Amino acid sequence: MKLSKHIIVMVVIASFFSTQIKAAEECFEGTSRAIFKFNMMLDKAVIGPISRGYNKLPEPVKEGTSNFTSNVATLLSIPNHVFQGNFKDAGNATASFLINTSIGIVGLGNPAEKLGFEAQQEDVGQTLGAYGVGPGCYLVLPVLGPSTARDTVGMIADSFVDPFAHITWREKELLGISGNQVDYIGVRSVTAVDFRADNDTNLTSLETNSIDLYASYKSLYLQSRENKIKNSSSENDDWGNLDN
Amino acid sequence: MRKLSLILVIFSLLTNASNATTYSTEPQQFINELAKDLIGKLSDKNLTKEQKESFIEKIAIENVDINALGLYTLGELRNSLDENTKAKYQKTFEKYFLKNLTSRLTDYSSNKFEIIGADKKSANYTIVKTKIAQSEKQPEVKIDWRVYTKNPEKPLVRDLIVEGLSLARTQKEEFASILNSNNSDINILISRLEEFVNK
Repeated sequence: MKLSKHIIVMVVIASFFSTQIKAAEECFEGTSRAIFKFNMMLDKAVIGPISRGYNKLPEPVKEGTSNFTSNVATLLSIPNHVFQGNFKDAGNATASFLINTSIGIVGLGNPAEKLGFEAQQEDVGQTLGAYGVGPGCYLVLPVLGPSTARDTVGMIADSFVDPFAHITWREKELLGISGNQVDYIGVRSVTAVDFRADNDTNLTSLETNSIDLYASYKSLYLQSRENKIKNSSSENDDWGNLDN
Repeated sequence: MRKLSLILVIFSLLTNASNATTYSTEPQQFINELAKDLIGKLSDKNLTKEQKESFIEKIAIENVDINALGLYTLGELRNSLDENTKAKYQKTFEKYFLKNLTSRLTDYSSNKFEIIGADKKSANYTIVKTKIAQSEKQPEVKIDWRVYTKNPEKPLVRDLIVEGLSLARTQKEEFASILNSNNSDINILISRLEEFVNK
């Protein structure tokens, strides 16, 4: 417990005092590359095969699973929309969650989307980014993959803000609903497998065609986070004099 | 004899000219025709893998600004290189780019392609927004094409932004990582590209 507190404090310091550091700058590249190698081995031995097995399931099963995990993730998005002052998006996300949980049968269906309520996913890392907190150092976490100092702090904070984590990971009761840590790990694992399975072809192609796979993952992760914070896609205008 | 060789040269020029695929010069229409042509060929079950590869290479050489892409992926280093080294890099980059592209595309299966719209950013470039419909293997994918239009008669593709992720930027950052860990030695980068081409 003491150690985890220390880690949190260190990462908070690293994140909040390094807003001027570009995320491209690595603080622990050697360690990150070693962890990346470990994660790739884990992917080859466990996560990849499970994902390919998952991809063989009937389409309605995969779609239902994907809807269910997205619906659970909406719970974390709602407070983050509020923190970012996006009250309309918070309203949309709340409506989406309520409709999908009730009419969509615990989130297996996504009738909310058909009714025009699309829930955009937000987390504390994105909220910090929206407030101007820089990404800080780039790092790779064991099992969890690419991250930055800011997003690592965000991930820890997520477990305090997310109502789903509150009732499962922290095993607290909320509106008469309770769960346990196994539920939390189970849902998070299924979310990861669903994401991995969705991107199986792209990840295989990336692995075959990269001359520095670690750097490719890093670039894609950082671009993706930038887009999520800006809520728009990269237009990559750094062509400089090549555009003249 | 002279007459015969002249006829052969003219014939060869005409054949090459008729082989060059010409698309519309209007960016949105250009991408529509280019992508549909590409998808049509890639999903043609009568073509061999080699025929598909050769088609992709031909279409890329004619319609992608490989030269500018090569310079872009070098970042600031491009400003400090001498012409010989730059030429050596460009030659290797083109081979690398074509192999990379063919490797990514030859297994592509047919999907519905649709133009969503276009956004003219300046006189020199337009972003054409497209999407590829969901398939068994892949969810719906949004692709933005960065089209360089400095020569309005010959638009060229410079980047594909897949679901917001720029392939040119990813490539540039991948190369930057190799250069950073090798004291910005371009020869190391060139040899890594050669390794990829020859594997």
